Amino acid sequence: MFKNKNQPSGVDTVENAKSEPDKDQPWKELGLKQDEYESIKEILNRRPTSSELAMYSVMWSEHCSYKSSKIYLRQFGEKVTPDMKKHLMVGMGENAGVVDIGEGLAVTFKVESHNHPSYIEPFQGAATGVGGIVRDILSMGARPVAVMDQLRFGAPQDPDTARVVHGVVDGISFYGNCLGLPNIGGETVFDKVYQGNPLVNALSIGALKHEDLQLAKATNPGDLVILFGARTGADGIGGVSVLASETFGDEGPTKRPAVQVGDPFAEKVLIECCLELFHAGVVAGIQDLGGAGISCATSELASNGGKGMKIQLKNVLLRDESLTPEEILMSESQERMCAVVPKKKLKDFEKIVNKWEVEYSVLGEVVDEDRLYIDWGHEEIVNVPPRTVAHDGPVYDRPVEYPKYQDALNADSSSKLKRAENETEAAAQLMELISSPNHADKSWITNQYDKYVMGNTALAMPDDGGMIRISEETGLGVALATDANGKYCYLDPYVGARQALAESYRNVAVTGAAPRAVTNCLNFGSPENPEVMWQFKQATAGLADACQELGIPVTGGNVSFYNQTGETAIYPTPVVGVLGVIDDVARRVPSGWQDDGNNIYLLGTTYDELDGSAWAKDLHNHLGGRPPNVDLQKEKELASLLYGATQQGIIEAAHDVSEGGLGIAILEASLRFNVGARIWLTELMERDGVDLTAALFSESQSRVIVSVGREDDVKFQALCEARDVPVLRIGVTDKENQAVDIQGVAKLELEAIRGAWAGVLPGLY
Amino acid sequence: MPKIIVEIMPKQDLLDPQGKAVANALVRGGNKDISGVRIGKRIELHFDREVTEQDIEEAKKQAKEFLSNDVIEDVVAVTVEN
Repeated sequence: MFKNKNQPSGVDTVENAKSEPDKDQPWKELGLKQDEYESIKEILNRRPTSSELAMYSVMWSEHCSYKSSKIYLRQFGEKVTPDMKKHLMVGMGENAGVVDIGEGLAVTFKVESHNHPSYIEPFQGAATGVGGIVRDILSMGARPVAVMDQLRFGAPQDPDTARVVHGVVDGISFYGNCLGLPNIGGETVFDKVYQGNPLVNALSIGALKHEDLQLAKATNPGDLVILFGARTGADGIGGVSVLASETFGDEGPTKRPAVQVGDPFAEKVLIECCLELFHAGVVAGIQDLGGAGISCATSELASNGGKGMKIQLKNVLLRDESLTPEEILMSESQERMCAVVPKKKLKDFEKIVNKWEVEYSVLGEVVDEDRLYIDWGHEEIVNVPPRTVAHDGPVYDRPVEYPKYQDALNADSSSKLKRAENETEAAAQLMELISSPNHADKSWITNQYDKYVMGNTALAMPDDGGMIRISEETGLGVALATDANGKYCYLDPYVGARQALAESYRNVAVTGAAPRAVTNCLNFGSPENPEVMWQFKQATAGLADACQELGIPVTGGNVSFYNQTGETAIYPTPVVGVLGVIDDVARRVPSGWQDDGNNIYLLGTTYDELDGSAWAKDLHNHLGGRPPNVDLQKEKELASLLYGATQQGIIEAAHDVSEGGLGIAILEASLRFNVGARIWLTELMERDGVDLTAALFSESQSRVIVSVGREDDVKFQALCEARDVPVLRIGVTDKENQAVDIQGVAKLELEAIRGAWAGVLPGLY
Repeated sequence: MPKIIVEIMPKQDLLDPQGKAVANALVRGGNKDISGVRIGKRIELHFDREVTEQDIEEAKKQAKEFLSNDVIEDVVAVTVEN
């Protein structure tokens, strides 16, 4: 209480670092390698202070520095042609990519992983995953308009899966619904390979006017650095306690929580507050606080602007006064933002944040030096070049090795599996597949999410892609779809990644939108395993090549490594999201038949491709062989056909044929609006030379089923011919008969299909 | 009625959004001296007979493993009212 202000506080200062160069530091416990610690000393010409060590260790972690993936991610930038960039306003490297959609409007979108926190604490982990990606979108100057989630859970019957499923779904719906954002789609897959390591990827989309674009950089010396939003507490800093104990020796490490708790209502206020700040033009640069907290925000803002900063860490508003400077620097407390504000705008800034009752404090200012100075009271605890923290972290070219199991896996094809011997067996297999957890109705999950809040949702689950109206005047909108087939990627990561792009591209095309840009979330095992690194190398090459072939750029994304249970890595799961643009959402195409007597066409060719299929895995528990062939030229022609036909208003419904094959696609299109169909497959089997099992279950790519009004038949066939897309009439829609009548195979009553399909998830959870 | 009372609080270090919201409302309502609020939960386990030592042991176990989420909550008290 009567402490002299100039008494040393006991923190490790730059002064100490110079005077006690040989002090033992817990770099190892913080996850740094010996050579990384040595290079920090080299950069600073002395040992780091414990605060500097905290910053470097967290910013040089795999999660923040992309040290194992960087050399492969470069190709997403290198394999981009000027033509691909023409709609790109902001590319990779910022908080999220920004794409011009015309009419002076732009959208920003990105997908990020929150896998590990969601296993430890599913509810808060998934909730803060949504909160984090929404702040990324917000920091580009955009109003968040929708979210989507890509989920992978363990075996459906495992008791721990129920814990994770309930927590994750509740967490997503809690945070998203409280924010008032529609959740318009995503994926849910069950496989025991994700048992100890579920995947929770969160995607958000935001809309902005061109002139509202914000960037995360501090370029003007003298501008103020302001932290605002929630107070800083001991969230998500479990690991740093080791530092605190090193510094303060006496009472041993305090147990700090490794998880964060989110507050969506605080985030909602923060969104409105930020948007008002942007529109008032009082902010020169902005960064959200996520992983690595203040360490990341200060060093990145400074490094991006090529300037430095002088920060007084005692100015940070705390929830808990016992936090040490190291903990403050690393805290991952949610709902915080860091703004760079010109001094003369401070009054305006204060007026706006006070109106929203958002707390703020001025931490310091931008300086015209290549230095980040952080003081704790009168003592200097950080003095580093910001670039070395934020961008010039270590880069590894990790060993890559062709997996030992790969050849045997590829040789183990599905040809030995028992095919349907007759029509009755084929029908039984189809019913079994539609009632397996991976193909059953997911509305038990999606019904917990708000899909239509804000009134701009044009399409949502269970359609192939989500669609949001951006301009209420003209109807201009965007469609978004995400896909990743871990099984295909396991069989061949290069082809699997291309397929993920092809499928999400196709899923956007079937909605009637023109695909324009890509985001990704690359979920893999440990990069220290050379076989996993080989998967990563192949998958990134496949995706970058495929983007170039389709002519759409990657705008940003995220890498999540170390997804494994013990020594067993997950299937490589590169989630790929494609964004498309549609001039008027009134022209959207749903995924199910609506009118009676319309012709049903199958576009594309069916090959005998059952390796890695749902038929093989979910019915025969077999995974081996080669994934289906991917021909991107065909995908392009197919997408262009769908776009052209939608523009002319010819297509009534369009549904992607993917997992589960044509059989599942037909059932889903019928269940969508409860309109049956009469289907004949003999012509298809003859034309493509496949048997009934392949006709129903093959997962050949570049295929879509569409329904077209009789009056447009000639026009539609001509369009297909002009683009050289194989087209075959395989049935008609039938509103009278409440059934899917696959002629010569079985007549499946819609009620019976729905019964088998809709009750699965509610029965399990 | 004999009962065991389990009291659970959010971990001290973690954000408690509910407590924060209530604290703000109290302060707005004029209680300027209240500097913070934390909200936990009280769970009563009822019995039709006297509570035994064994019941208390079992309740402590359930409190830790089932009634609370030890990632984000602490069991602060297990008491008996016979």
